Amino acid sequence: MKVIPAGDCIWEIPPTEKPGMRVPARIYASEALLAQMDQGVFEQVTNVACLPGIVRAALCMPDGHWGYGFPIGGVAAFRADTGVISPGGIGFDINCGMRVLRTGLTEAEVRPRLRELIDALFSAVPSGVGAKGILRLSDTAFRRVMVEGAGWCVAEGYGWREDLEHMEGRGCLPGADPAHVSERAVSRGLEQLGTLGSGNHYLEIQVVPPDGIHDERLARALGIEAPGQVLVMLHCGSRGFGHQIATDYLRRFDEVMPRHGIKVPDRELACAPFRSPEGQAYFAAMTAAANSAFANRQLITHRIREVFGKVFGRDPHALGLSVIYDVCHNTAKVERHRVDGEWLDLVVHRKGATRAFGPGAPDVPEAYRDIGQPVIIGGSMETGSALLVGTAHAMEETWGSTAHGAGRTMSRAQAKKRIRGETLLKDMESRGILVRAASKSGAAEEAGFAYKDIDAVVDVLHRVDISRKVVSLKPIANVKG
Amino acid sequence: MGRWTVLEEIAVADCALEIEGDSLDDLFETAARALCELMVDPATVAPTVERTVSLVAGAVDLLFYDWLSELIFLKDRDREVFIRTQVRVTTASPWRLAARLEGGSIDPEHTALRADLKAVTLHRFAVEETGMGWRARVVIDI
Repeated sequence: MKVIPAGDCIWEIPPTEKPGMRVPARIYASEALLAQMDQGVFEQVTNVACLPGIVRAALCMPDGHWGYGFPIGGVAAFRADTGVISPGGIGFDINCGMRVLRTGLTEAEVRPRLRELIDALFSAVPSGVGAKGILRLSDTAFRRVMVEGAGWCVAEGYGWREDLEHMEGRGCLPGADPAHVSERAVSRGLEQLGTLGSGNHYLEIQVVPPDGIHDERLARALGIEAPGQVLVMLHCGSRGFGHQIATDYLRRFDEVMPRHGIKVPDRELACAPFRSPEGQAYFAAMTAAANSAFANRQLITHRIREVFGKVFGRDPHALGLSVIYDVCHNTAKVERHRVDGEWLDLVVHRKGATRAFGPGAPDVPEAYRDIGQPVIIGGSMETGSALLVGTAHAMEETWGSTAHGAGRTMSRAQAKKRIRGETLLKDMESRGILVRAASKSGAAEEAGFAYKDIDAVVDVLHRVDISRKVVSLKPIANVKG
Repeated sequence: MGRWTVLEEIAVADCALEIEGDSLDDLFETAARALCELMVDPATVAPTVERTVSLVAGAVDLLFYDWLSELIFLKDRDREVFIRTQVRVTTASPWRLAARLEGGSIDPEHTALRADLKAVTLHRFAVEETGMGWRARVVIDI
């Protein structure tokens, strides 16, 4: 497949490369990162370019790798009036996302209590297969969660009012309708609220390393004052509730596509016109799952605050445990973007990709209106993560989108062959990173060597100017599912 | 007796499986065993629960999809995994499945946990008859 340079760290696959491509595919990567991308990225991003109503190009971010349907790191926008919506462009873990909290604590203050802290977090935040959630909700309350998202938690006392000001969409996406959610999805998700999950989901205590602040002004605006400051990062999604909604609608779309005259190159890209009854029903159900994911992260935030308060014997407010931001990875949202000089409503799919709206853009919280939306790039549990901000150029180049993490280079099976979980955790502990894992083999799958170099990914985002790097973070303790 | 292997080069963040069975019933039973082994160490699950499952689908591959999806659903809703299954697939239109499941609750104190499977994808999904029996390829979202 022909991959042509189209700018600094931008590569293009022309529509002539595969029958059915309506637009080119664009990949954002350095030469080294491009070389690391597996065959699936090229196959899948060009498949996305075949979908009806796609605008301008099918995009893949520098953390891209083989997914299902879309590649991980995939972004595509479809006209709301004539385009489609596809569960395979969002993923089963709807609104899998990240949240980061600052603290007023330093590493010097946390290190002596770190073992106690991570043990308490591991015990307070259920993780792994079969974990039961923090709350036992009634059916009625769960339906409110679907519509109100994190706002429901705050109203019920599981959070601070100002938390909502620091989330994508204030922790609640509009358009959710429980009427389009199956009883099966409800019964699957009802007892899972406040659980971490497994795979690449985690809760991590991080520190700003000595050379970690890249832009002091932007860092201060995010509440990061100096190296040594401790932060808490969280990665999880909508759990079985979202997985079931995606399963229900993937199955339904697979059956209705012929009726809409749609053919797709990969069955996982099953889709329906956004304005069709099926498309609208899925959007309403998917949004309900997205809101449950915000609530999930909010409940875990509540537990994190409780644990910190108990371990340090101080009120979480006094510990400065405020939310910096909460971003979605796996969503489709209706956004207004300029296309060839015309403002259009687009259904922007981001799968393993993050929104990165620039300064002054709608839905960027007041606190960040001048600097752009905070972006959280989650790395491996061994290497580190990063905070960035969105840019005006991202609005023009990528529908205000950026990467979501380091991105895998090695399969889970290969990682497990290379190291045993126990060995990895022991080795990490000797390097000052404590890990508590529900599954030791699962931890081995998440070893740092299974991921790309996060600094290389962040550098590409900065060079292409779709996000600006602000702070690098290093892990000191991690809870894995 | 069926066989299953992980296809390491496909869908690196997830789990691609190739499953083979001497018969269609064997294929479905082997797939259930594979899913159980991906989620937990079956040796650490006490067989205390019996369930029955009935499914109907318009095509054999969709019946297979629904069967795997059902096992993942039960893992979340009831926190149960199944170490043994007896499956009977009726090869008529529509395709029907009747299964008896034997397993137990996931108990974090005693069950060795592995991956929390999210869903069955349709990426490169295939169920086909071979000269030796039946074969399926499926990518499970992790």
